[in-house]
Amino acid sequence: MAGNTTEKWQGGLLGWIDARFPLSSMWYDHLARYYAPKNFNFWYFFGSLALMVLVLQIVTGIWLTMNYKPDATLAFNSVEYIMRDVNWGWLMRYMHSTGASAFFIVVYLHMFRGLIYGSFKKPRELIWIFGMIIYVCLMAEAFMGYLLPWGQMSYWGAQVIINLFGAIPYIGETLAIWIRGDYVVADATLNRFFAFHVAAVPIVLLALVVLHILALHEVGSNNPDGVDIKKHKDANGNPLDGIPFHPYYTVKDIVGVVVFLIFFSIVVFFMPEMGGYFLEANNFIPADPLKTPVHIAPLWYFTPYYAILRAVPSIGGSAFPGVLAMALAIVVMFFLPWLDRSPVKSIRYRGTVYKIWLALFVVSFVILGWLGMEAPTALYTIIARICTIIYFAFFLLMPIYTKLDKTKPVPDRVTS
Amino acid sequence: MKRQLIAVLLLLAPAWGFAAAEHAHMDEANIDPNNIQSLQRGARLFVNYCLSCHAAALMRYERIGKDLGIKEKLVAENLVFSGGKTTDLMTVATHPDDAKEWFGTVPPDLSVIARARGVDWLYNYMRSFYLDDSKITGVNNLVFPDVGMPDVLWELQGWQEPVIHTVKNEDGSETNAVTLELVKPGLLTPKEYDRAIRDLVNFLDYMGEPAKHERRALGVKVIMFLLLLLVLAYLMKREFWKDVH
Repeated sequence: MAGNTTEKWQGGLLGWIDARFPLSSMWYDHLARYYAPKNFNFWYFFGSLALMVLVLQIVTGIWLTMNYKPDATLAFNSVEYIMRDVNWGWLMRYMHSTGASAFFIVVYLHMFRGLIYGSFKKPRELIWIFGMIIYVCLMAEAFMGYLLPWGQMSYWGAQVIINLFGAIPYIGETLAIWIRGDYVVADATLNRFFAFHVAAVPIVLLALVVLHILALHEVGSNNPDGVDIKKHKDANGNPLDGIPFHPYYTVKDIVGVVVFLIFFSIVVFFMPEMGGYFLEANNFIPADPLKTPVHIAPLWYFTPYYAILRAVPSIGGSAFPGVLAMALAIVVMFFLPWLDRSPVKSIRYRGTVYKIWLALFVVSFVILGWLGMEAPTALYTIIARICTIIYFAFFLLMPIYTKLDKTKPVPDRVTS
Repeated sequence: MKRQLIAVLLLLAPAWGFAAAEHAHMDEANIDPNNIQSLQRGARLFVNYCLSCHAAALMRYERIGKDLGIKEKLVAENLVFSGGKTTDLMTVATHPDDAKEWFGTVPPDLSVIARARGVDWLYNYMRSFYLDDSKITGVNNLVFPDVGMPDVLWELQGWQEPVIHTVKNEDGSETNAVTLELVKPGLLTPKEYDRAIRDLVNFLDYMGEPAKHERRALGVKVIMFLLLLLVLAYLMKREFWKDVH
């Protein structure tokens, strides 16, 4: 029966399409005959989850756009209009605002997976690079999206971040005005941020996601053991330790998606402000260019970099060194594939030194994230400086300590 | 892996120590968003005392009636003053320039004030006016010093005056604390006044997010569905993965 149906399809509409478009071959190459290692663990859920959150953001975003007004005099009220008078508007809005934070949680865990299992190492350097560009785009997307509700935090957060460009010597001031389209954050800024947030950046993001996945499927997925499953193939030329992505990982990822959606729903339906971390209280006050809030902190996903910015002392009254450090903190991550000189990929076979450095890095990153939300004090500044040094040392000393580190022998096949 | 995670968590522990930041003493508002009567009383207080200067321009009268179980006719008679319609937004007639001249600042719109300030803050603010001759309005506020707003509810609460106490700290040092004492009683007893403010704050909280009730109700259903879906998804996964070894 099944065979007959397939043949009928191949001769029929599908055959007609396949003669003109590689539909079946795409299906096989990327899903049904894409062999993924069979030993994916918990950490491997976050790639597919990131894709799902992206779709969620695009869909809820489209619906928000139908009622949102990108106009400095209307924006704040139009968001509340969505929350009150638009059917299911509150749900779209909360899904979108929670989705933004969820996106970063998922992406940070996805990146951490790369760090522990060496997923960025040869031959997956380009996957890492594309991923990093996605991360940077995501930050731009989140930053510009956060201006749109036009609350006090939207406004002053944008003001502070754009002013950072002003710290660049010589061209800074002109550059900041060019970005804002005005001398302060104003209607012009809101309009262009809206354009970037709903059109330009999402298009780039989608294209990058395609590149990220194409690069992945070219070389195949890494796994928790960091071994190459293509070394051992069966008679048909399929990896012995591999299983077709579809149906095995599609059905597994559905479980991950449902678990994720349960946590997501708890936030959306019962704690959409997440104690001020996802929606800040001050952002329920309309933007007022004349009233600077006492305490301006970016949303949690930017705070590690914000803490680095503040930790670096200014030179001659210019905040440029801090801005530079903040930029370098992101740039340095791009070079990870070449900084890591360890002969093994997975943390399972690395020595203690890498594990300690990785733990220090994660702890510093989290502490920086927390410090970035707090008002600076003398003690906090010292802690922030120590963490900043650890952050950079993790990357810059990597060529040395990964080379010295005693690794364990890597098995020939995957272990579990 | 698990041991490493625990080690990381332990390393983070000192950070939580710093997180215990100082918070000024605030009485808890203890509002009950499910108490419809409290919300209705709060709505009446709001239109009687607040809505003459403060707008709630993101809110419609009609919505209040629908959510708080008040019939449209009653909404029209009791809540809508300006001769407007129940479908109108809750705006005020006062011109912003006049308001600025009278109070030194335009009274903020209160539609989402509960989300910006928090219910505890509002509850304490509305109970912290005290007599102060140095101010034009004759009153000042402990929670919001030098506020431009007059004590609109003095009739209900009466007048308060500040009393300075010396408080002994745990380590033996002494600090001054200010409390307010009722010097002229109002129409309500202090207990009744607190309840009235609780009703008002409850209403402000409702107005900050009218969909809150609906949101929570839907959330329960969505999560129940997802839990069921999780069981099915897991069983499907287990069935497929039987042949993976």
